Amino acid sequence: MTSGEDMITDPAGVAGSAERLQVAAGRAGGLLARIALVGNPNSGKSSLFNQLTGLNQKVGNFPGVTVDRKTGISQLTPQLRAEIIDLPGTYSLYPKSLDEKVITSLFYDHTSPQYPDFVVVTVDASNLRRNLLLFTQLADLGLPAILALNMMDTAEQHGIQIDIEALQQELGVPVVPLNARKGVGIAALKILMSQTLGPPTVGFYEPEEDLVPMVRQIRYYFNLHNDYLALHYAHQYRHLTFLSPDDRAYLEELTTQYDFKPTVRQAQETIARYARVNEILLNCVTVTRTEQNEPYSNRLDKVLTHRVWGYAIFFGVLFLMFQAVFAWASYPMELIDQGVAWINGLIQTNFSGPLINLLTEGVLAGLGGVLIFIPQIALLFAFIAVLEETGYMARVTFMMDRIMRRFGLNGKSIVPLISGVACAVPAIMSARTIENRKDRLITIFVTPLMSCSARIPVYTVLIGLVVPDEAVLGIFNLRGFALMGLYLLGFFAAIFSAWAMKLLMRTNERSYFIMEFPVYRWPRWKNVGITILEKVKTFVFQAGKVILAISIILWVLATYGPPGRLEQVETQARATAATQRLSPDETEARVASERLENSYAGIFGHVLEPAIRPLGFDWKIGISLITSFAAREVFVGTMSTIYSVGQDANELTVQQKLAAEKDIYGQPFFTPARSFSLLVFYVFAMQCMSTLAATYRETKGWKWPMLQLVYMTGLAYVSSWIVYSLMS
Amino acid sequence: MPDPSTLVSAPTTRRSVKDLKLGESATICCLEDPEMALKLLEMGCIPGTQVRLNSRAPLGCPITLVVGEHCDYTLSLRVSEAATILLK
Repeated sequence: MTSGEDMITDPAGVAGSAERLQVAAGRAGGLLARIALVGNPNSGKSSLFNQLTGLNQKVGNFPGVTVDRKTGISQLTPQLRAEIIDLPGTYSLYPKSLDEKVITSLFYDHTSPQYPDFVVVTVDASNLRRNLLLFTQLADLGLPAILALNMMDTAEQHGIQIDIEALQQELGVPVVPLNARKGVGIAALKILMSQTLGPPTVGFYEPEEDLVPMVRQIRYYFNLHNDYLALHYAHQYRHLTFLSPDDRAYLEELTTQYDFKPTVRQAQETIARYARVNEILLNCVTVTRTEQNEPYSNRLDKVLTHRVWGYAIFFGVLFLMFQAVFAWASYPMELIDQGVAWINGLIQTNFSGPLINLLTEGVLAGLGGVLIFIPQIALLFAFIAVLEETGYMARVTFMMDRIMRRFGLNGKSIVPLISGVACAVPAIMSARTIENRKDRLITIFVTPLMSCSARIPVYTVLIGLVVPDEAVLGIFNLRGFALMGLYLLGFFAAIFSAWAMKLLMRTNERSYFIMEFPVYRWPRWKNVGITILEKVKTFVFQAGKVILAISIILWVLATYGPPGRLEQVETQARATAATQRLSPDETEARVASERLENSYAGIFGHVLEPAIRPLGFDWKIGISLITSFAAREVFVGTMSTIYSVGQDANELTVQQKLAAEKDIYGQPFFTPARSFSLLVFYVFAMQCMSTLAATYRETKGWKWPMLQLVYMTGLAYVSSWIVYSLMS
Repeated sequence: MPDPSTLVSAPTTRRSVKDLKLGESATICCLEDPEMALKLLEMGCIPGTQVRLNSRAPLGCPITLVVGEHCDYTLSLRVSEAATILLK
């Protein structure tokens, strides 16, 4: 229902109420109610979401855009379940960023299957005035709502007393006091959510007199159920994708005709709403004790954002993070690695045949490459989640803004850059909070240069090969330092690329920074746990699928070759071996390696070899580079597959296989020069289809992903060549 | 209903949040930049509200402001943004 004509023959109001009736009928029959969770950032919305849904969550996308759509199922009563949508935090219904646009458009289209039955608005009870602004806007849209009065404990500490009964009267919707972090009040909220709610009974704002003619015209044209919704059409028709181009042209004409100035009107409305909220609060809220002593958060900030201690602590935190990811994660990783090798050995000693080979050398080798990541990803996201949860990330943004701006970035770029250490895909998406287009584009462009977790296995294996396992200062590890060096290399490349882009790109749009400083809190371990679980699950099922598929394809490519060729090579190798009087084991190794070199995979690698020889790479690495393009982590799996085919000892771990690899002179193939060249290549190269896809979606075009691909791969090639030439 | 022009009226003194000393409090008079104004309003910087300069970042920018008489919450913003908030 997108055109005006349709709307008139089937008025939206009627359709909307009919739908609501259906939903009410459907709920009795066990169908799900759809409930949207809305609120200011830092109002405890995600805590409430986690309390309501527990582990029944999934992350998807809003149709057409890449904004995360987090949904979960909540068991409200033993009979009734509801689907909860967790929307990104926002201060008002007038969107400033992409995230916020999604929220608002969700509330405009009654006919959309996404349209919620009602909303739960979370507000911070210790900061009611500002939090109620959003609530009054939602109520005026006519959405049935429940007010979740969160953080009652903080409000009490601040000496704020709220008369719940009076507030409920004034706002015209049910009000539930909550402490979502501790789970207090959740049961009462669930009971309320299981009831059928009517639209709010109180209005908070009427469009100004001189707007009424225009608003009414829009309202009747689109058959809308209230004036305020019609006013929003006038404000935001450009973002309302469910309207037809004709409808949008109509609105454009109308707003021009009435000389409608959105910015001024929005400011005017906001002031009017605050005036109304102030009246309400006067009747419902008493502040008994004005706390004059400095809040503990501000005292803590004196140290944590100090010009010396602030940065020292930040680098300490980063260093701890890398030590954790490298050193602490190595124990569970070794267990997984050995476990997979053990199962592989067990199967191979007891069974044999081509299918068993596919299972052990293809499927299990690939699966091992996926599972081994889990400890590092879990630890990394644990750190990032804790930094976000405690409110420390906002301080890092604050400290870094001035520095980042010098390089064409923004304090807010630090979040994508740090998240980029986990994975560039969510990191690029998190750049959406940067309102300024140029800042955002630069951030997106350079984020993949940050070393993501997919590079960790490559780093781990190669560092383990060439950097000695020596202790530094007792508890730290030389390999940990080497790893940090690689991360810093990526970080500086990102920063300097950003600086170069700042000089190249022109814009007159201004960049904003204004944001709320959240109060320091202890992390909610449940939230941290859910984040870790969610990320690990996403990795195993998303990336894992690709890796597994590629492992199998690779095994096939490495096992088969052009018809007749492998047999011919094998006969030849056996003949040579016989004349040289090699032992049976040596003969088998010779045969296997000859077969691999002449397989399809070997042929691909050979085609690529001339191009990568200046970097010190051979055709085996060539194969790995090709397969890495699907996802970098495939490198280790590929190496593992390629070298398992070449060797008979499948119990060896990947690292031992690489260390055992010899060049034509019988010397270890992975010399420091080769290993570092390869490491540098992996730091810079754009070898991730998912990242390119993310950039494509976020920038709405192929220009930026293509530039990224060419720039990063070029940078990688040149840098690797320099490293190899200098070191060998 | 307040007239929208009061939002961007020319004030008698040109003192802005940027000129506050560390720890000093003052009351917001008006918001100078119409585009910035909406964002600031939504974040609670309403004319008549008391603000206190709480801290400066190590390199002097951004700054943090404590908004409201009861130290309701802390905002962080750049000096250039603070300069658009004029004081009484």
